Amino acid sequence: MTSTPFDSFSHEWRKRRAANLRQGSLGGLLLLVALAFSLYVGQFDLWRLITGLPRITEFLGGMVPELHWATLDSDLAEWFWGLEKWLALLWTTLMMALFGTAAGTALGSALSFLAARNLGAAPLTVFLVRRVMEIARSVPDLVWALLFLFAFGLGPLPGVLAIGLHTLGAQGKLFAEVNENIDMAPLEGIRASGGTWLDEIRLGVLPQVLPNFTSYSLWRFELNVRTATVMGFVGAGGIGMELYQAISLNYFSDAGAILILVFLTVALIDMFSEWARLKLAGISSDHA
Amino acid sequence: MAFNEQNKASAEQETRSQDLLNLVSPPRADRLRRLAFWLVAAALLGYSAWASGVISLKLFTGLPKLGDAFLMMLVPSGFQHLPEFLWALMETVAMAFLGTLLAGLMAIPLALLCARTTFPIRILQFGFRRFSDSLRSLDYLIWALIFVRAIGLGPFAGILAIAVVDLGTLAKLYSEAIDNASRKPSEGVQAAGGTWLDSIRLGILPQVLPNILSATLYMWESNTRSATILGIVGAGGIGYQLADRLRVYEFGQASLMIILIIIAVASIDSLSGFLRRRLIGRQ
Repeated sequence: MTSTPFDSFSHEWRKRRAANLRQGSLGGLLLLVALAFSLYVGQFDLWRLITGLPRITEFLGGMVPELHWATLDSDLAEWFWGLEKWLALLWTTLMMALFGTAAGTALGSALSFLAARNLGAAPLTVFLVRRVMEIARSVPDLVWALLFLFAFGLGPLPGVLAIGLHTLGAQGKLFAEVNENIDMAPLEGIRASGGTWLDEIRLGVLPQVLPNFTSYSLWRFELNVRTATVMGFVGAGGIGMELYQAISLNYFSDAGAILILVFLTVALIDMFSEWARLKLAGISSDHA
Repeated sequence: MAFNEQNKASAEQETRSQDLLNLVSPPRADRLRRLAFWLVAAALLGYSAWASGVISLKLFTGLPKLGDAFLMMLVPSGFQHLPEFLWALMETVAMAFLGTLLAGLMAIPLALLCARTTFPIRILQFGFRRFSDSLRSLDYLIWALIFVRAIGLGPFAGILAIAVVDLGTLAKLYSEAIDNASRKPSEGVQAAGGTWLDSIRLGILPQVLPNILSATLYMWESNTRSATILGIVGAGGIGYQLADRLRVYEFGQASLMIILIIIAVASIDSLSGFLRRRLIGRQ
């Protein structure tokens, strides 16, 4: 028996397959352990879900009251009896998201130039700014809201500040990464012709990063609209408070009406944001 | 010929210098349009600040209190509650893990229905896509509150909330990966007599698996963050204790919990990064 190329291939193949199998079964074992642990800690209980199903259907059924075709007008009016109040609260919710996103993005983008390693900020500055942004985004926005509630009292103000602060941290990190990926040649040109650091940022960096900044900001706005809808759960303004009360006090049809309004608002904002993103992308590719 | 080229070059130079001039002093119409844009943006921003209550005296009267709160947070306290906090934190991690896993498993069949490549009936495919979009429209906390009402307090409600929202997100991401995959392998499998299922398993799955794993790991990281606050509505995890202590102004204990959360989130991030490198072998 002489060793053919096929023999050595089959030997090698068997060896690799055995190694893969070993690694795979080790990974599978670890996954199973993690799964068992999580099922236990998470009190996962399918039986509870099954026994809870009637209550879910009762809840869902109660959310839509009986509507008759003949009296659709008055039925709908009765269902959405608080429409004026709810729309006003939704408007506040949107404005919270808008201002929080705008303020957080403005501050975050300013800080992002100090957090980028390639734009000449001192290493200590880069380090400190990065840590501040890390804290701002690691603390969940609702936790910031609870903290601000202590200082500023009930109402939309703590909610806006929480959204703004979280946005600052999240945008600052993303923007700093965008800044670090730019072409440095324009900056050298500006420096060579006697421009200051601010000139470098304004004329050298900003034109390169603006399309990315804008699209991230629109995306963040979508996320913040969702967040703003639940800020009221802790008393920090917007539609959330009404929704929380309607659900916890079993006002099913109110909960249904508000959920529909929230759902439509979020969908509308998502559509607008997608449209704006596509339009902006189109414009920037025209110029390129 | 040479003259022509020279002419072309000088014309090119002229448009280039015109471009530069436009950059320095844009034509009047452009300037007006830009001015109008910035005016509208500034007005909207000012209005949104007013409508969301930012322009208020409270902003200044509250600042000293905020300073006090931050000072109290500098000294973490409540170390005697550490076992309780750690258990709640484990609940949070378990909720994120199970919620993501559940969503990922359910998202695979839904994604097959949402993708053009695998589900040819256009109207239904569009409908399924809208359905998965709609799951994402309501925040985790809203779903968590609904599930708490339906099946009671505890982490199980949080798991279901994460699973429902992420079913929408992951089905969308998976189906985009499927649509971006090349159709040739699955056409080949079908041409060789394979069934629809064969064409998915042998033609599509190998192509999209890295994308699916990557999206799932990303959602796992993101869910660990989301799961930290679901306790606010009683859906399990450390959010319950954290909101409770913040509401009674126990900032030292809150600070300890926030530090624990940051450590947990960072650990999950690096674990996910390790798995990403091992399983996908990129980045």
